[in-house]
Amino acid sequence: MIRMTKLGLTGALMLVPGLAAAQDAPTAVPTDSVFIFNTLLFLIGGFLVFWMAAGFAMLEAGLVRAKNVTMQLTKNIALFSIAAIMYYIIGYVLMYPGDGWMMPSWLGALGVAVLEPVGVTAANADAYDYASTGSDYFFQLMFVATTASIVSGTVAERIKLWPFLIFVAILAALIYPIQASWSWGGGYLSEIGFSDFAGSTIVHSVGGWAALTGALILGPRIGKYNKDGKTVPIPGSNLALATLGTFILWLGWFGFNGASQLAMGSIGDAADISRIFANTNTAAAGGAVAALILSQVLYKKPDLTMVLNGALAGLVSITAEPLTPSLGAATLIGAVGGVIVVFAVPMLDKLKIDDVVGAIPVHLIAGIWGTLAVPLTNDGASFGTQLISILIVGVFVVVTSAVVWMILKAVMGIRVDEETEINGLDMAELGMEAYPEFAKG
Amino acid sequence: MLQVQTGGLSAADHKGIKVKLVIATIKPFKLEEVREALTDIGVRGMMVTEIKGFGAQSGHTEIYRGAEYAVNFVPKIKLEVAVNDAMADQVAEAITAAAKTGKIGDGKIFVLDLAQAMRVRTGETGEDAL
Repeated sequence: MIRMTKLGLTGALMLVPGLAAAQDAPTAVPTDSVFIFNTLLFLIGGFLVFWMAAGFAMLEAGLVRAKNVTMQLTKNIALFSIAAIMYYIIGYVLMYPGDGWMMPSWLGALGVAVLEPVGVTAANADAYDYASTGSDYFFQLMFVATTASIVSGTVAERIKLWPFLIFVAILAALIYPIQASWSWGGGYLSEIGFSDFAGSTIVHSVGGWAALTGALILGPRIGKYNKDGKTVPIPGSNLALATLGTFILWLGWFGFNGASQLAMGSIGDAADISRIFANTNTAAAGGAVAALILSQVLYKKPDLTMVLNGALAGLVSITAEPLTPSLGAATLIGAVGGVIVVFAVPMLDKLKIDDVVGAIPVHLIAGIWGTLAVPLTNDGASFGTQLISILIVGVFVVVTSAVVWMILKAVMGIRVDEETEINGLDMAELGMEAYPEFAKG
Repeated sequence: MLQVQTGGLSAADHKGIKVKLVIATIKPFKLEEVREALTDIGVRGMMVTEIKGFGAQSGHTEIYRGAEYAVNFVPKIKLEVAVNDAMADQVAEAITAAAKTGKIGDGKIFVLDLAQAMRVRTGETGEDAL
């Protein structure tokens, strides 16, 4: 499935080859209705994906210590807002260049996103037989914000605010849109047949790779690994918030995957969207139950944080192909994601990679699994193409992220000093606490 | 009655009645039972503090996100009860009876002599302050 690409710059409609498949079914409804329903799908999907920003904020606020909660929340609202503006100025047109590729199949166009005029008529709409440009833009920009949110959780509790936000700006303006143009924008990866329905690789693994690179360059939090090399758990401040955040993400994911059907103007599309909702839900359930049972068996007590990560890993796993699997297959694909989390979290600790909220297992490793699982239920995808595409995206994001992180480190430093880290970023960098009436965490 | 009782004792004798402080550490979930047992035998006040510590029970290990960690200090409740000398043994017995589970970690009881007790409102001292 390839996303609809529209040229915001010139307003010309670009139909990429893969889109035809989604619209094979004869349209029995008037074109006006198709336009309205498709637009509505993007708008509803867009605000559901927007709500995932709240999910990430709550998940991260719950999994950091009380002394860093205000900072984590500040980063979350700032990163979302910066990503939204950068996507408007550069990202959208870079990702969907239409005919305007600067380097065909590899590097899109420069320009700001332009919407249709007020009160546009059918004759003047950018794509009367599809959907409004504004809805497409609104929906797409929520995905870049998701990618940026993934990074903040991993590097929490030790990264400085401003270098982090500069990284987010570059991620949203350049790194994410360039690699996304290769597939959803009609570039090289779409030409070789890469299949990533809603972005296990394009959104989640990209955030995961950027987070992993950041964690490696930043180093672990003070006290996370002791002198003997053993992992010292640093429990989160509020598991109620972490659980709320997970449920919010789960809800938002219906928009993330469901609206990635990209059309709701036919019986087939409406039925497919319903199927995607059901598969998305059952994959999350599979991931949560797998993590629940596995943590009980391995550790003698279920670990809530693992179950939360398991549900999210299930969601990431099904994101590359939420349409073709049966309910049973979707549950199993999600369950494998849950298993991945329970093993990957301690594995990262063995490698001394400090990932505060488990974003690398959830978004990167489960994202890779989900992308590789596409050919299991979709005959149109090939294992080899999936693997090559994962590698191309991975290498690009790791290299570009590493360059940005290293430059930021050299120019302004990316890590707070020891005293600030121990006292907490809230008081040291912001001068305010999330829970001022409680004892220090 | 009151006059007969105080009349029989000189002021010095009165001050001589000893007051003891019973300190007990118990499992937190036993607090309510212990409070009932003590009020039943006439104890009219106590101080309660949430503490952490270790004794024969020592610590134990837990696992968070796959990493094992030691819980070296176990949560307990500390009770402090000031009573007259004659009641001290009874108080200790009541606490023992109510707080006992038979498993390791039930707690300890210490009995100390109190040098002085005073009621802030009236300035009464010794047993009268209890």
